[in-house]
Amino acid sequence: MVNLNVNINQLNLKNPVMTASGTFGYGKEFTDFFDLSRIGGIIVKGTTILKREGNPYPRMAETPSGMLNAVGLQNKGVDYFISQIYPQIKNYATNIIINVSGSTVEEYIACTEKLIGLEKIPAIELNISCPNVKEGGMAFGTSTRTAAEVVKAVRKIYPKTLIVKLSPNVTDITEIAKAVENEGADSVSLVNTFLGMAIDSECKRPVLSTVTGGLSGPCIKPIALRMVWQTYQSVKIPIIGLGGIMDAKDAIEFILAGATAIQIGTANFIDPTTPEKIAKGIEEYLIRHNYTSVKQIIGGLET
Amino acid sequence: MKKKHLIEVTVKENLQLNEDYAQIIFTSSDPLPEMFPGQFVEVKIEGSTSTFLRRPFSINFYDKEKNEFWLLIHCVGNGTRTFSQIKPGANANMILPLGNTFSLPINSQTSPLLIGGGCGVAPLLFWGAYLQTHNIRPNFLLGARSKKDLLQLNEFKKYGDIYLTTEDGSIGEKGYVIQHSILQSADFNHVYTCGPKPMMMAVAHYAKSKNIFCEVSLENTMACGFGVCLCCVENTHEGHVCVCKEGPVFNIEKLLW
Repeated sequence: MVNLNVNINQLNLKNPVMTASGTFGYGKEFTDFFDLSRIGGIIVKGTTILKREGNPYPRMAETPSGMLNAVGLQNKGVDYFISQIYPQIKNYATNIIINVSGSTVEEYIACTEKLIGLEKIPAIELNISCPNVKEGGMAFGTSTRTAAEVVKAVRKIYPKTLIVKLSPNVTDITEIAKAVENEGADSVSLVNTFLGMAIDSECKRPVLSTVTGGLSGPCIKPIALRMVWQTYQSVKIPIIGLGGIMDAKDAIEFILAGATAIQIGTANFIDPTTPEKIAKGIEEYLIRHNYTSVKQIIGGLET
Repeated sequence: MKKKHLIEVTVKENLQLNEDYAQIIFTSSDPLPEMFPGQFVEVKIEGSTSTFLRRPFSINFYDKEKNEFWLLIHCVGNGTRTFSQIKPGANANMILPLGNTFSLPINSQTSPLLIGGGCGVAPLLFWGAYLQTHNIRPNFLLGARSKKDLLQLNEFKKYGDIYLTTEDGSIGEKGYVIQHSILQSADFNHVYTCGPKPMMMAVAHYAKSKNIFCEVSLENTMACGFGVCLCCVENTHEGHVCVCKEGPVFNIEKLLW
């Protein structure tokens, strides 16, 4: 019998598999495909204090082994989430984590405050890394000072598990990870998407309405893996690894590099059963290598 | 909401209509999920290294008794070209059925007009056949660049009268569908359209000017096809909505066109 259980501070995951914000809706859309109780947790769509319409169409460009998106945090706002969506999803037999975003520190605080009282939300993921909004988002996550500032402010009011999602669009991600760890973050998730762009050469125009967008998919995996490995050597808090994970082999690589848990993002669009398959694949790997717990391989890379 | 299925289906027949179009007939050893006109499937295309995401295709025809459905493939890139070559007996991984459906006319005495352009004719065949099962005989107004781009005419003829336009005049009236004389000589109170966006916008304007019920089937670029990536949005009076989930069929009253 293999133990797949891992902990992110107070947050107990039955297995290390979570779904990345913005790729899994509110979970409802996936119940036709697999039993959500098979995975450790779902991180729902980026939520802001007020409703956001997001960016104009077109918002997506396919790239070699990946895609660019420029959704821009379209969501109906935290009050709508609490009154309309939470009642429908709160009884899922998995952890539900809200990805929180904002344009100012005050907005992050206001949004977080409303989520504290939700019994079935054991954690939030603070999004300081969205590349598709003009203000806030990535602006907070690309300097140690602003990253520390927003985490410090949210930490002061949020008693449950606080995960901070980091941007890879920085010179040294470990500096940002250390800065948020120092302000009391319980975990860091990395990486969000890479800033990229696509051009339609026939029309001589950008493909995305916003010109630039966030790159995801297997094309970013080697860079994400490197960043997880570097961060593992720089912080003590648990790391949640993501970036182009398509199968259990990819997930194991992130765990060996130092991730306690992993998130599945873009793969959900192609095979919506990927999270369930990866949970099973991790178990099979552990059995094949004679481990009794997934914890035995976290950071187990032999160099 | 109707249940979505992630299934393997088998190619029963692949009809190469011409060098740019294929009509592929799929079946399954299990009963296929019930499908309705306007809905689409998301296909995982194997063997095309530049195709990362699934590709959405409108359901061209569905036959419950024969347990089969058809897709009409226009080869526009590596993915569609590769998929169009799939051999009988091969399996294809699909998510289906997705999206909403066309709405039946309120009054069965009506004779609706179904306007298709290019490969956008695909869902109109299924819709025409479905209307027939409700004792409604539609008119099809089909347009394309040239004769070779007008597809499945013998199929369309089974369900209604057809009117044609081509840009080069090689068959039917020369010009665009919106210029066809039938729009002047006859009155329709229901119009359904699918095709290039400028064509659908012109049809929508025609319908609005005549105060006619009109539904359009959109095909915005999508990553997932089931309402989670939020990439395929169309701006409506209710804000951005996903074409894959709230659509692909929209009443023009909802759109900002």
